[in-house]
Amino acid sequence: MTATADVASRLTELLGSHRVINAADELAAYTIDELTPRAIACPANAQEVAEVVRFAIREKLAILPLGSRSKCDMGMAPQRYDIALDMTSLRDVAHYDAGDLTLSVDAGISLRELDACLRQKGQFLPLAVPCFETSTVGGAIASGIDSALRARYGTARDFLIGAEFVDGTGNLCKSGGRVVKNVTGYDLHKLLIGSLGTLGVITRLNFRTFPLPAAYGGHVAQFATIDAAMEFRNRVESIGLPVSDLEILSPNVVAIVRAILRRDEHLVPTELNDSKWITYSTFEGNDALARRIAGELERMANASAAVSYRKLKEDEDNVLGGMLREAFEWLRWASPANLIWRFSMTGMKAQMLNTLDTIAESVRVRSGLLVRPCGVVYFALLADSDDEESVGRLARIILDVKRLIRIEQGCSTLLHVPTAIKTIAAEATQPASDTPLHQRVKQAFDPENVFAPGRIVGGI
Amino acid sequence: MNRPNASAHPALHRELKSLLGSNNVLDQPEDLLLYEFDGSVEKGRPDLIVFPHTTAQVAQIVKLAARFETPIVGRGAGTGLSGGALARGGGVMIVFARMNRIVEIDVPNLRAVVQPGVVNLDITRAVEHAGLYFAPDPSSAKSCTIGGNVAENAGGPHTLAYGVTTNHVTALELVMPDGGIVRVGSKHGDVCGYDLCGLFVGSEGTLALVTEVTVKLSRKPEAVKTFLAIFETIEDASQAVVEITANGIIPAACEMMDGWTLQAVEDYVHAGYPRDSGAVLLIELEGLTEAVEAQAAAVQTVSRNCRAREVRIARDSRERDLLWKGRKNAFGAMGRLAPSNYVLDGVIPRSKLPQALVRIKEIGQRYGFNIGNIFHAGDGNLHPIVLYDPRDAKQFENAIAASREIIGACVDMGGALTGEHGVGMEKNELMGLLFGDGDFALMRRVHDAFNPDSSLNPGKVFPLSKGCGEIRIKTKEAVGKRS
Repeated sequence: MTATADVASRLTELLGSHRVINAADELAAYTIDELTPRAIACPANAQEVAEVVRFAIREKLAILPLGSRSKCDMGMAPQRYDIALDMTSLRDVAHYDAGDLTLSVDAGISLRELDACLRQKGQFLPLAVPCFETSTVGGAIASGIDSALRARYGTARDFLIGAEFVDGTGNLCKSGGRVVKNVTGYDLHKLLIGSLGTLGVITRLNFRTFPLPAAYGGHVAQFATIDAAMEFRNRVESIGLPVSDLEILSPNVVAIVRAILRRDEHLVPTELNDSKWITYSTFEGNDALARRIAGELERMANASAAVSYRKLKEDEDNVLGGMLREAFEWLRWASPANLIWRFSMTGMKAQMLNTLDTIAESVRVRSGLLVRPCGVVYFALLADSDDEESVGRLARIILDVKRLIRIEQGCSTLLHVPTAIKTIAAEATQPASDTPLHQRVKQAFDPENVFAPGRIVGGI
Repeated sequence: MNRPNASAHPALHRELKSLLGSNNVLDQPEDLLLYEFDGSVEKGRPDLIVFPHTTAQVAQIVKLAARFETPIVGRGAGTGLSGGALARGGGVMIVFARMNRIVEIDVPNLRAVVQPGVVNLDITRAVEHAGLYFAPDPSSAKSCTIGGNVAENAGGPHTLAYGVTTNHVTALELVMPDGGIVRVGSKHGDVCGYDLCGLFVGSEGTLALVTEVTVKLSRKPEAVKTFLAIFETIEDASQAVVEITANGIIPAACEMMDGWTLQAVEDYVHAGYPRDSGAVLLIELEGLTEAVEAQAAAVQTVSRNCRAREVRIARDSRERDLLWKGRKNAFGAMGRLAPSNYVLDGVIPRSKLPQALVRIKEIGQRYGFNIGNIFHAGDGNLHPIVLYDPRDAKQFENAIAASREIIGACVDMGGALTGEHGVGMEKNELMGLLFGDGDFALMRRVHDAFNPDSSLNPGKVFPLSKGCGEIRIKTKEAVGKRS
């Protein structure tokens, strides 16, 4: 393996000095799970990405492809981390056919920049994910993080139509295409979603875009209990009312939202009372549809014993909707040490959510629940301190939570774990029956184990 | 690997009969002949046909075939249009027709668990009492099976708004080439790790055999409006599709039929289609009443702006069904015009539709064919129909050559080889139009990660010929001859 000092100089030979960083303070900013890379490479195009990958293969170095680094604490700690591959220089809109509602963009473009481009044509990409202002589109896909608009537009697998990426042999590969319907070859691009950089370096992504809605509206309701809030949610789901988002915030989560709104000097809707369970629902369509959905939501809220129900003013809605998109980010911010889980399950019941609360109480840790559409729950354990004892209490209940989700036949993903207990979290994860298949996929994409080794449970 | 035919293995034959019973094994030439075809122009005869009833039997069959180094191909109803379910390399054909049980219907969670031999439309029939349906609706929905839909990632007219099969499958039970049984995905749909369901759906039976499928169910729409927009020219009709898309109107379906094929369809179905138009668009809008009303107005405006001669609205479900009956039976109607037809499947960006239709016409004329167009215009999924006489070898040769040019033109316009029929053995030699050596190398490694000996469905998807030494996957020797 190349000596540490040589990595940067060899990369400089490949990319030029202006595209390689090895100053200690800058390297520190790329630290992930207490591992600091030996060099940062900032390729300007896909060919340079391939060059760096081939170099890493030759020298048996490990690469972590990175965008804005806003979600790097997702996944297990990497086993090795030699080169941080900063993709933010690849930021072109390569092809945008607004008439076809299709788009091809470099992985390093930010979601905000892309959004501005699409809005000029009255379109958008429904990737409403946390850290929207800074996230790169490649990072958003590789993280697999939920979009707040999932209920209406699906997940990325429903609108990602193709990709280009450098695989673990250093080849620039493609999958899918730029058309909305396509069954040519294996859908390898779907494997990149949520792959945490373990399969390849995404260089370009092709999407189906969507027209901006003519009208939208957000409503908040207060409920005295989680049972009542869940009843409201179940009523909405059972008649298939096409909401874009319907979130339930537990009182502790309401308190966090209120604190952030105050911090950022926004008006706080009076409904955000932290003794209540709050629902936020939003929908899109034309004016007539918006009026009808608003009426139906209010009727269902009242039938579910809502304490209050109100249509938000447009500015309130924009602020609150934007905040809920960022839930993962502010849950991380809300305490010095926290565990944030995402659960996905069918048939979610209030009783299960209460049990989660009880588990948190058993170790005297504050918890927060955010119930999202499509059977997704964010569950945060918010320790008041990051000392060893507090972190230890978080670790103690990992198994209990995993067991509960297994009983509910749900899927659980730890979005954030203090590095000190990541190993415990990994050990608490029993290998699934399909783990060998995941390992075979990894081996096929990355035979030399160059990309982010160990980021996915199962040593993948 | 030089594999002997299954029929050359009396022991394999005997053991399969012992495992499944004689009633579930076919071996007579006249039986094998029936399974030599699917809906495409390809051929491939199996050596033996078996009908398992359980996943365990499928696993046993796979293990037995592996012991005798005999290839396997899975098959549903054989309605495919790319030779995906043909035994290109001979061997054992596993027909899933008798694994046709609906295992579970979960109305509150909008899921159904079904065996692979369940007919597509039977899922909808089983859940419509609850106001639900299964959204992917290939034209063969009355006969094709969900296993085949999964293998080919089948589409249909209404996938424009609702997506293709992969968007409606959340979990699979698979039998791997070593006989192992594994589940991927989840009832919910989210997974920890890679989206293996997304990989296996559409892998054309080359990675694993599907023995159980968990599908999403959809709610029937509150309102449906079906239009027939009639145009004097196909150019105007295709421009209307471009405008509908560009205006952000997303119909549930937007189908085009050209004037020439309309006459044949009308003679056959009597759907009330005009006999003197250049083309029609069959447009369906679905959703909540208020949304449908607004979109209906927009569709009519766009159609008229594109010089539609008339925009008819189906007044009731009978009229709607009749309009759709014409569309769904359109390929059958082509039988009135020629002894045989070759239905192509290419995709283009929707903004290129007018140019694509001009190009198809030009290619047809050059080869001496009238090429009909009945297709999913709303998502740019073309289905040019080449009419030919299979008894005339030259005509057949020309039909193949014209089709390759048309598919090449789709690729040149930024499109792809296939939108819903699959690559199979129809287009595997054309894959090089889209993919390079690096792409093939990765696809091959993924293939070999699951199906290292190419025992499952050999000779499909990957090119076999010319200069593909680097990309060739292991295949049975007999593979590769076009009938």
